[in-house]
Amino acid sequence: MGKTITDKIFDAHLRDTPTPENMVLDLDVVLCHEITTPIAIMDLMEKGMDRVYDPARIKAVIDHVTPAKDSKTAAQGKIMRDWAKRHNIKDFFDVGANGVCHALFPEKGFIRPGYTVIMGDSHTCTHGAFGAFAAGVGTTDLEVGILKGVCTFRAPVSMKVEITGQLQRGVTAKDVILAIIKKLTVNGATDRVIEFVGPVVDSMGMAARMTLCNMAVEAGATSGLCYPDRVTAEYLWPFVKDDYATIDDAVKDFSKWHSDPDAEYIETLYLDVSELVPMVTYGYKPDHVKDIKDMEGTPVDQIYIGSCTNGRIEDLRDAASILKGRTLAPGVRGIVTPATPAIYSQALAEGIIKIFMDAGFCVLNPTCGACLGMSSGVLAEGEVCASTTNRNFNGRMGKGGMVHLMSPFSAAAAAVTGTITDPRHFLVSEEV
Amino acid sequence: MKTFGGPAVLLDRNDINTDEIIPAKYLTEITKIALKPHLLEDLLLNGKPFDSQSQAMKQAKVVITRANFGCGSSREHAVWAFEVNDINVVIAESFARIFRQNMFNCGILAMELSKSDIDALFALSGELTVEVDVEKGVMVATSSDASQDSLKCSFVLNPYDKNLVSAGGWLAFADANY
Repeated sequence: MGKTITDKIFDAHLRDTPTPENMVLDLDVVLCHEITTPIAIMDLMEKGMDRVYDPARIKAVIDHVTPAKDSKTAAQGKIMRDWAKRHNIKDFFDVGANGVCHALFPEKGFIRPGYTVIMGDSHTCTHGAFGAFAAGVGTTDLEVGILKGVCTFRAPVSMKVEITGQLQRGVTAKDVILAIIKKLTVNGATDRVIEFVGPVVDSMGMAARMTLCNMAVEAGATSGLCYPDRVTAEYLWPFVKDDYATIDDAVKDFSKWHSDPDAEYIETLYLDVSELVPMVTYGYKPDHVKDIKDMEGTPVDQIYIGSCTNGRIEDLRDAASILKGRTLAPGVRGIVTPATPAIYSQALAEGIIKIFMDAGFCVLNPTCGACLGMSSGVLAEGEVCASTTNRNFNGRMGKGGMVHLMSPFSAAAAAVTGTITDPRHFLVSEEV
Repeated sequence: MKTFGGPAVLLDRNDINTDEIIPAKYLTEITKIALKPHLLEDLLLNGKPFDSQSQAMKQAKVVITRANFGCGSSREHAVWAFEVNDINVVIAESFARIFRQNMFNCGILAMELSKSDIDALFALSGELTVEVDVEKGVMVATSSDASQDSLKCSFVLNPYDKNLVSAGGWLAFADANY
């Protein structure tokens, strides 16, 4: 029987098999942020175990609430900062250099095909876009990762989502993943790894692949992966150019991680996206998904464009293509948070920040902020947000608020009309 | 090994997520005990707010719920919020992976029962008390309503998860073994 990409990564990192069902893996990278790490650091200190397995494998950032909003978040930042200094963790990103973890770390070249990656954050699955096994964990797993460089997982069970057809203009990776979660439901992929394959994935850039993999956890998946290919190699080239003579060599080497043709899957889901329309969530679960036409006219109070799902330059370009020369509907607030400083700079250089500001948006520094209702755009009771983020749970962006998840195109269209709107109304008229 | 069980509360809903177990605004806390008053404070059951400060909640050692419990954010704060409220067993039809792992990593019990057993537990009237024998893989639910027979269900723990419960969690286990 052939092996899946996840089988191959597990084989290459296997440290121990404490039971036949459980595998202890060596970790290539342990990612850390200031919400789940400080409490791990404090616990290790209390236990007299304040050690780090390998500082070079630890990448840390302050991103959830930054700059600090109050004394408690300031203390969380300080614990991280002091810890990074104490253990000589060089890849630590503080105010000014920091950005949303799942956008920043890939941008720095920290994630490579075949890697094992953990973080105390459920959207760690984003990094599977590079052909890595990347999984969100809790603080205890994170602690052990920091201390020992290992993590335990159950033996992998893989499923495949094969995406074919041709995406229409205005329909994006966000709409594709919302459609997939609708089919799978919020626990359809629990204890499974999802491989996203097929010509549509092959033709996606890394940003779109990260959007797909980011939301794998919303269907319960341990991780979502794409096969590393030329697109991956081109993205990573600045970081791997000393390891390979040519990009072709990198592509060839990366292909060793691809699943074997005779690998077995517990399930394969086929999705032809040619007829797919923009999608939007309507309730308190990420599988509460409808075609946007069924939600058109729903009034919104706030637009939020950003996050580890859709805060990359490609996302900002999509939104700006609709916002250019237009303004926010009266009474609607707009917030955009480019996910990293590099994305922010690029958006400035391309004139995108000016388009957002001219439209009446508040432009925030890179942060997770309002996506999880911690800062910088929390909703009041009864308010509605059109958001490019990944979770619409009850209370997620603020107690009593309602979040409608959608693509950057759709969020921009809602900004202009003040209601949920099919973005293709704008895109089609421009093409005529 | 520590003992598990005691008075139970029932949360009759699928897909209760970790934002509902402990809202993100409390993630700025750097001690576990600070989470104690906020467990399940924003939970909605049948669209209505759940009374997280009820007497039953104050006495509870066990939570019984439906499918996909603990989905969403990886925050171990959700497990700690149970732990600091002396709740040491969550019984569900199924769990989200990270929440389940966090429970065992803390050396406390995430017990999966079949849908029919869960339905039978929800069908019992009166106040429920649950006794758990981890070694034998058996739980018994007894109702305060004397007309109700107690309900005995068996459960299977992955041997590794059982080790974690015995060792008192993953940190101690990993420190001893790796």
